[in-house]
This record gives sequence, C-alpha cells and structure tokens, in this order.
Amino acid sequence: MSVHKKRTSEDWVVDIVAYSLLCLLLLLIVLPFMQVVTISMSPAQVVNSNGFHLFPTKFDFTGYTTLAGKDNFWHSYLVTIARTVVGTTCCVFITVLTAYPLAKLNLPYRRGIMMFVVFTMYFSGGMIPKYLLIKGLGLTNRFAVYILPCLITGFALIITRNFFMEIPPALEESAKIDGASNMRVLFGIYLPLSLPVMATIALWYGVDHWNQWMDNMLYVTKDNLYVLQYVLQQILISGQTSDMEMTTDVVVHTETMKMAALVVSLIPIVCSYPFLQKYFVKGMLVGSVKG
Amino acid sequence: MKAVKAPTPAAASAGRRKGFIYNLTTYKEYYLMLVPGILFFLIFCYGPMYGLLIAFQDYYPLKGISGSTWVGFKHFQALLTDPFFKTVLGNTLIISVYKLIFNFPAPILLCLILNEIKAVRFKKIAQSISYLPHFVSWVVVAGIVIEFLSPSRGPVNIILQRMGLETIFFVADPKWFRGILVVSDIWKSIGWGSIVYLAAVTGVDPQLYEAAEIDGAGRIQKIVHVTFPALVPIVTVMFIMESGKILNDSFQQVFNLLNPSVYSVGDVISTFVYRMGIQKMQYSFTTAVDLFKNVISFALVMLTNFLARKTSDYALW
Repeated sequence: MSVHKKRTSEDWVVDIVAYSLLCLLLLLIVLPFMQVVTISMSPAQVVNSNGFHLFPTKFDFTGYTTLAGKDNFWHSYLVTIARTVVGTTCCVFITVLTAYPLAKLNLPYRRGIMMFVVFTMYFSGGMIPKYLLIKGLGLTNRFAVYILPCLITGFALIITRNFFMEIPPALEESAKIDGASNMRVLFGIYLPLSLPVMATIALWYGVDHWNQWMDNMLYVTKDNLYVLQYVLQQILISGQTSDMEMTTDVVVHTETMKMAALVVSLIPIVCSYPFLQKYFVKGMLVGSVKG
Repeated sequence: MKAVKAPTPAAASAGRRKGFIYNLTTYKEYYLMLVPGILFFLIFCYGPMYGLLIAFQDYYPLKGISGSTWVGFKHFQALLTDPFFKTVLGNTLIISVYKLIFNFPAPILLCLILNEIKAVRFKKIAQSISYLPHFVSWVVVAGIVIEFLSPSRGPVNIILQRMGLETIFFVADPKWFRGILVVSDIWKSIGWGSIVYLAAVTGVDPQLYEAAEIDGAGRIQKIVHVTFPALVPIVTVMFIMESGKILNDSFQQVFNLLNPSVYSVGDVISTFVYRMGIQKMQYSFTTAVDLFKNVISFALVMLTNFLARKTSDYALW
C-alpha cells in the first residue's frame, strides 16, 4: 500500500488542465451529433430561428415522416444490410481459410505467399485500372461487385494469422492423430479458440461494408442496387446549393429530412457500439504490436 | 473434404529439400485452402496492376489492352506540363504536410491527457466517446460538418454573428477549406489514433513512477521524464511512417467536402483522377497520374519503413 500523500498545488493544476481539456474534447465530439439529432426532430421554424439547437424545444417529426415516404432510402437500407451480412460472412470465411495455412511455419513457400499478400498493401493499380477490370469482368450492376473485390484486407489477414500462430501446435497434432482433417482442425479447434480475433475482424469488415459507397458510385448505376451511404450522399448533396442561394423556407424542410436520414443511418452503429467496442480495440492492439 | 495424413515436422523439413511437386502433394490440403485467397489477390489486386499498362497506351476500351496503340511516356510528359496536375499535386502535398503538423501530434496529446485521468470510469467513457467518430463514414461526417458550419443555421456562424462578426461560408471559402480538412480529420481520428500510444504508456513499469516520486518528481516532471520517453520510440516510428504516406490523400474525405468553389485549394490527386478518369473517360492519362503517384509513394513507404526499422524494433512487417 502506498502512503497517502498530500496533494500539491501542481497536482491540482495538472488535474484541472487534464480534466478540462478532456471535457472540452468530448464536448466537441458530442455537440455535432446532438445538433444533428435535434434538428432532425424539430419543426422548421425552430430550425430556422437563430440560435443553438442542442436540445429539441419543440418536437416535430416531419423530417422522419418525409423520409419514411422515400422508398429508395429504405430500399438502400435493405441492400446495405444484405451486403453487410453476406459480405462480412464471406470476408471472414475466406480470411480464416487463407490465414490458417499461412500460420503453419513449416509450409513451403509460406514467406513467398506472405510477400505476395503484403505487396498489395503498399502498391495498387489505382482507381482506373480497377474500374476497367471490374467492367471487363462483367461485375458492374451486380450485387457481387459489393462482395468479391473486397474479400480480404491484408491487415485482417495478418492479425488472424498472428493469432493462429499463438495456438499451441500440440492441439492440432493430437486431433490429426485421431484422424481429423485440416478443415476439422480449423473449424473445430482453431475457430472456438480465436473468438476474440474473429469478432474483431468481423466487426471491421462489417463496418467497412456498412460505410462503403465508392464501389456503388464507381460500378453500379442501377438504382435498385444502391447502398445506404450513396443514397445518403445524394440526399445530402441535393440541397447544398441552398446555402449559396440563401432561400430558407423551402430548404429547411429538406434539412430536417437530411438530418433524419443521417440519424437513421447511424442507429445500427451507435446501438451496437457500446457492446462491441472492446473487440475493435483489442484487434487494433494485436495488429499494431505485431504487425 | 477428404482427410489427408498430417505431415509430421520431420517430413516437413525433408520437404524443403525435395522438389516443387513433392511439396504440392504433401501439403495439398493447405494449398487447396489457399486457392480462394490467392485467386482474390491475383484478380482484384494484381489484375489492376496489369491494367497499369494502359498508362503507356492510348487506351480504347473497345480495343482492350492488347489492341490499343503504345505511346511510351507520352502521358507522363503531358502530366508534367499539365497546369491542373501541378495544382493538384501541390494541394495534395500541402494538405498532407498540414495533417502531419496538426493531426499527427493530436492523438499523442490526447494519450498524455488520458494518462493523467485517474478516475477509471470517466476515462473509459471518454475513450469510448472519442473512438466513436472513427466508425462513422465520411459521407456522414461531411454532412455533419456542412451542417455545423452552415452560414444560415450552423452554430459556428451563430457565434460569429453574436460577436458582431460577419458570417463565413466556410466550406466554399478557399481560405478555410484546408483548415476544415485538418479539423474534421482530427475530429474523426484523434481517439482511435491514441490507442497505439496508450498501449505504449500502459506498458511502462509502475516502479519507474515510484522511483521518480522518491526522487521528488512532481506530476509534470513525471510526464516529461517518464511518460514521454516511453512514447518516443513509437512516436518516431509513427512519424516516419506517416511521412511516407505524404502523397496518399484521403479520397473519401476530400470528395465528400469538395465543391467547385474550392477546387483551387482542395482538389487532390485522387479526386482529380476520378473527375478526369471516370467522368471524362481520359483513362490513359489518369492511369499515368495514378502510376506516377503510386511509384513515388511506394518508394517513400519503403524508405521510411527502412528508416523505422533502423531506429527501433517496430516496423511494418
């Protein structure tokens, strides 16, 4: 037990500075979100009036009801849920499948294959050749274009492989003596032991899929395949010139709708975040320490 | 899948001395598992690299790579004299340097502040809140930024009005645009970026702090002489590696905030490539731009990684 010391004036100063700076930062992070939420459920005249809108003074859900009538928004929401579920499942499966052999130290050509993977993390063909390739493969305007071109990220592969390398080889050897195949070993022994890293990469892939819009913009022109973020972008851009024209009445109506759309798009992330954030951080640390 | 007898370690070391075919058959199951992954990298990562050849052609989509005429370095020469490219390259470099100056130290500062917070629950909540913007897409962040800085409704302009100043249309003002890029990037990444540094700080032996206390060190001296030195290796490496990324701009960020009134200060390589390439279909020219950038960028990353490895144990791989 340490002896209870008297707090010096320096202690007070450091504490006051640290706490107030941190509170300021938190305030700056939270305020914009509050502003968005409040505007999304305020009536036009309040939004229009001069002043801060941190807490709603009057409730009006016109923004949400207008949004409810926008079928393309909800359709894109469904497309995004579908791509997130299918995409994350495929990504995790292929990543695990690739990481497992690469975790075997005695596999011939292992280093070469790793180099082959790592090189892609630092050099890429760029936007145009990839666009032409996807077009050439006939993937444009297909759902698969959301899944196939982003199956594995090098970073997720490496942290999964590193995790697998920590698992004692004795477990695998004894299972194989009992006649288990490699797939059995992977799914019966490795996966149950690596749930934390599975959760981490699944969440990363999931967030990537949820937030993705570039592949939509580049490769998809059929509007029944549009994803949420892309539709959201269109909604947000639609009134951007309004500020330049300074016409208020007509605009504000869509303004509440825009903010409502932002709020609705954030709900899944904000709701799942408190439960899942420890996995995000864990993986980040595994990756950065042993990258 | 069929069960194959596991190669014993002895067989494995023997395999290294045997031929290619022997290896393939002995480790057949492992290589079969690698097939989908390797196909993915081949098609979607190395495929576009093959496509880089069009930078040396006058590419016609209908004729393909094999049918288009080769023009050598024509597009690279064009690029070096292109006035737009000069602006775009300059913008990219300036924005990267700003980010290196302002955005790089921000998470380190946050880490030092968090390390002084002794109330465990408050610290945890603060960390959770600060990570949150990392998981929000740039589409949403840009929407929030534009709303927050709006000349008619945004709180920032309302403060300016109350103080008797003129309202500023920040996102369309060339004077402010780069600042917005810097600040919005700090807002989004300060919390997440601090994780790496916090890990280094939690690794500090508590005995060091106790020893410093016995020697009569106060809080500030402990920060300066114990906490900060513990951060120096990782800070050095992160700085070196960040500076290697100086040509890599953030398309997602810039694209969502960019508007024609700020092209002169905010247009960067990737947004330029998108406009010229995808929208105006100058495929060969823009591929040359990308290749030019990627080669220099790759060389820089290799160089900085080499330096990072020399200065410490940390490295990219």
